[in-house]
Amino acid sequence: MDTVSASITEHAPAAAHHHTAPTGWIRKYVFSLDHKVIGKQYLGLGLLAVCTGMALSWVMRYHLAWPDKAVPLLGLIAPKFAAGGVITPEFYLQVMTMHGTIMVFFVLTTAPFAGFGNFILPIQLGAEDMAFPRFNMMSFWVTFVAFAVLVAAFFIPDGPALSGWTAYAPLSAVGKASGPGEGLGQTLWAVSIAIFCIGQLLGSLNFIATTLDLRTKGMTFMRMPYSTWAWFITAIIALIAFSVLLPACVMLILDRVAGTSFFIPAGLVVSDTLQPHSGGSPLLWQHLFWFFGHPEVYIAIVPSFGIVSTILPVVCRKPHLGPRVLIGCMLAIAGLSYMVWGHHMFLSGMSPTSATLFSVPTLIITIPSAIVTLLWLGTVYGSKLRLTTAALFCLAFISVFVTGGLSGFFLSQPSIDTYLHGTYFVVGHFHFVMGVAAMFGIFAGTYFWFPKIFGRMMNETLGKWHFALTFIGVYATFMPMHWLGLTGNVRRYSSFPSDYMHGSLPLHRFITFSALFLGGAQLIFLVNLIWSRFRGPIAPANPWEASSLEWDTTSPPPFDNFGGVHPVVYHGPNEFGVASPRGDYVMQTDPPAAAAAV
Amino acid sequence: MQKTMAPPSAARTGVWVAIAAITMSFAAYSSAMVIRQGPVPEWQHFRLPSILYLNTFVLVISSVTLELARRRVGGPFDSLGRVDLSQADAVRRRIVWLYVTLALGLLFLGGQYLAWTQLSAQGVFLATSPSSSFFYVLTAVHALHLLGGLAALTYALRSLRSDDGPRPVNVLGAAALYWHFMAVLWVYLFVILALWV
Amino acid sequence: MGKLFAVAVTVITLISAALFVTHTWWLPPDISVLGRGIDGQITETMVFTGALFVAAQLALALFVWQSSDGVATRVIRSFPGGATFMVVFACAIVSIELVSLVFVGTKVWSSIYLDAAPANALHIDVQAGQFAFYFRYAGPDGKFGVPHPELIDEGNSNFFGLDPKNDTAARDDIISASLVVPVNQPVLLTMHSKDVGHSLFIPELRLQQDFVPGLVIPVHFTATGITKTEVVCTQLCGLGHYNMRAYVEVLSRDDFAKWLVDQAGQ
Repeated sequence: MDTVSASITEHAPAAAHHHTAPTGWIRKYVFSLDHKVIGKQYLGLGLLAVCTGMALSWVMRYHLAWPDKAVPLLGLIAPKFAAGGVITPEFYLQVMTMHGTIMVFFVLTTAPFAGFGNFILPIQLGAEDMAFPRFNMMSFWVTFVAFAVLVAAFFIPDGPALSGWTAYAPLSAVGKASGPGEGLGQTLWAVSIAIFCIGQLLGSLNFIATTLDLRTKGMTFMRMPYSTWAWFITAIIALIAFSVLLPACVMLILDRVAGTSFFIPAGLVVSDTLQPHSGGSPLLWQHLFWFFGHPEVYIAIVPSFGIVSTILPVVCRKPHLGPRVLIGCMLAIAGLSYMVWGHHMFLSGMSPTSATLFSVPTLIITIPSAIVTLLWLGTVYGSKLRLTTAALFCLAFISVFVTGGLSGFFLSQPSIDTYLHGTYFVVGHFHFVMGVAAMFGIFAGTYFWFPKIFGRMMNETLGKWHFALTFIGVYATFMPMHWLGLTGNVRRYSSFPSDYMHGSLPLHRFITFSALFLGGAQLIFLVNLIWSRFRGPIAPANPWEASSLEWDTTSPPPFDNFGGVHPVVYHGPNEFGVASPRGDYVMQTDPPAAAAAV
Repeated sequence: MQKTMAPPSAARTGVWVAIAAITMSFAAYSSAMVIRQGPVPEWQHFRLPSILYLNTFVLVISSVTLELARRRVGGPFDSLGRVDLSQADAVRRRIVWLYVTLALGLLFLGGQYLAWTQLSAQGVFLATSPSSSFFYVLTAVHALHLLGGLAALTYALRSLRSDDGPRPVNVLGAAALYWHFMAVLWVYLFVILALWV
Repeated sequence: MGKLFAVAVTVITLISAALFVTHTWWLPPDISVLGRGIDGQITETMVFTGALFVAAQLALALFVWQSSDGVATRVIRSFPGGATFMVVFACAIVSIELVSLVFVGTKVWSSIYLDAAPANALHIDVQAGQFAFYFRYAGPDGKFGVPHPELIDEGNSNFFGLDPKNDTAARDDIISASLVVPVNQPVLLTMHSKDVGHSLFIPELRLQQDFVPGLVIPVHFTATGITKTEVVCTQLCGLGHYNMRAYVEVLSRDDFAKWLVDQAGQ
């Protein structure tokens, strides 16, 4: 750590303190303090994670469609767990657990928030870097270690945990006795997530301090771009949520290795052995986990709100409708997100009265969500659309967010949840809002900011094909899950031997075909990413004619973001569709107009 | 090409953010404890080791000595941010009180360790009962965070001795904020442990 | 491209809506007293969300269609009413639904959970364990034996850990691998778990409740149709979770009485 300070001249007698651009490959690309490099590292980790998570989902979907057939190639990749490509019930659950854990934590919490946020937020604020570059670097490497620890579970004799990404106790707490992978595999899971919490807390610290203290001259709160607002708000949600998940994981680890009984009651007979624990409560794990878990889904989606709200005015050439209302709604969602966690626990055995107490804020939180959706629709109304790929993903985001959000209406009512809980209806709901909408936000951000980050343009033709096939694919994959749920098809099953679920196989096959088709379409995106990174046309500073500060510097930006200049801001980010020397928009740093606008 | 480092106020903002996070995590632990300690027969109340009272006193005093260090003299810097050599004495006195604070902090940690040994001598270990589990976890996690506070104070000490300008005072201010929070947190934990363990 | 997108959104919306409205894949017919209330909630919610779904998606399609002709000279237009309209509309819609759904829903919810089981309910003790359900009836003496976890011996079919030698009430307890109940008779289930978390789901009875280790959880229902159906586990409990199920048989009163006598004789 101390060698880092060699390049930080913090003991110089001058009043100001600087750090110079690093030399050397390790300092530049591995242990970099530069937020831009750290952002790219997070995006790279997110990409690695999503490829892994997606491959795991193909294994699951293949098995669900053809339960008796071996999965091609799997026997070669995982000869120990899937000999001959045959998926045992436990391996299915282990794959499912890792799929969920990797996607929720290492894709949806890293890419849109830590990835884009780290790169773009300081520049949008007019700052040279984050407030605490060393903590920032630590946050990435801690997150990376967490990923390594999690994936290590695939390489131990009994394999990964099988208790789902939700890891309910006592299944996750009593140890090996409760199932394969519940020994070391589950401990690795808990340790990985605990480490992940620390990484995220370090990251949130930076986002919050930077937004509060490092805004450039003229950058008032109300002039901040909506993506900055979204990352700032997400960081606050994450700060509180991960602070609660960490103690939960610590207590789970202690139950597993130190004989404590935070989550394990007395009198349990697991695998014919009376467990030596007593005095714990499985519901305590659920309360702690979901107190984190519900805000977590807003951590996954709010950055996409910001990305969509930033891109829409640019591609519509029209100001965003109701920007103050938008910000107020994001704040309201953040606050309300802490009051609804019990809606994951309606049937858990907690007091039935509290079910109503949780149901009401769950329904109320639909108000700000509905308002922001209407604001986006109102922005698209009467606009002059420039249909770039980023624009298409933003428009599609509105569509899939509506779909996913409305299915939540059913689940938020305890009496309906009595039927739909634990069915594929829930799986369809959360995949639409998290697996589709949040992913569309990530795609939109990628197509929009790629030129700024890498200095080259992505290929629009490939982008539009990627979009079209993906849009069809997501509806074909996830909409039928709602119908499965209505018939009572239960989730987390490796196959369906029950009489009444036999008839679900054709629909499962359709979903699998759609999922594999959808996966194939992502190859277009990968090819586009890699090709454009090295051979794409050189990008100008502001290819989209956007207004925020990152477009007022080169593509990619120089080491200190603005080449020695400290930008001064005179406008908000929302001045589109106005006559100006530039054409139809005003950049935030343009000199103040006669009619000074905010 | 160079980058200017963050303004001094960022350090204090950072500490406040950290305080928010740490408060939430202890809220999680302590609400878990409060919920569990209901009419559960396995809870097994036990008496807190009496050394904890002394430890609490030591930690509170360390906050006082830290404030003495911080406010002792109104800044040994001239208008250009250079060390005012005529105030070198003040700097030295401040540093002395910092050393006292560090020593008291170490004394607290030693006392906590003694409390654990006393308990284990009575046969009360981490996994003995839910009440003992919470006791050990809460005190251990607090001690861990306090170690971080000691590291911050040490860093402030080094800064005071070698840096010029307003930086050392700001670092000390941020470290002091964290330390006071650790003391307040301990008083809270001590009270709930005394009430419920 | 924009018009293509608008068409795609419209087609997807109409197909999806049709598949919901025509009940192509739908809940099984309900045979419980609770069922009507729950199904009513689902239908009302489906109508409400369905209308919003179609309206929002078609609005998106329309706005995109109108805005994507690429004409450079077109003037941008603000949405009439602006943000204020959006706020008022959203609050109004959600409040209306909040009131109707929550009020009605609370009545349904209370009838499931907050109302006590009727005094004449048939009491059946249910134990979930990796990976089977077992159902215990009190037998002719009308009293349940006390279960002891440390006496559980699956190899000798002592699933509940009963102690018939020392516990007279336990001697005639009837253990069944199927849930057999009489029609039109309130049934009280006391649910407990042997090992980890499980859950009980009987779709046709619209009944679902988690088993929580360490707790005994009561639920009650009344079946209104004679049938044979299934109860499945819906809380991930380990590798056998997918296969953890049992049959539920709703018999006529006479048939049920006969069945009880049969079981008692064994």
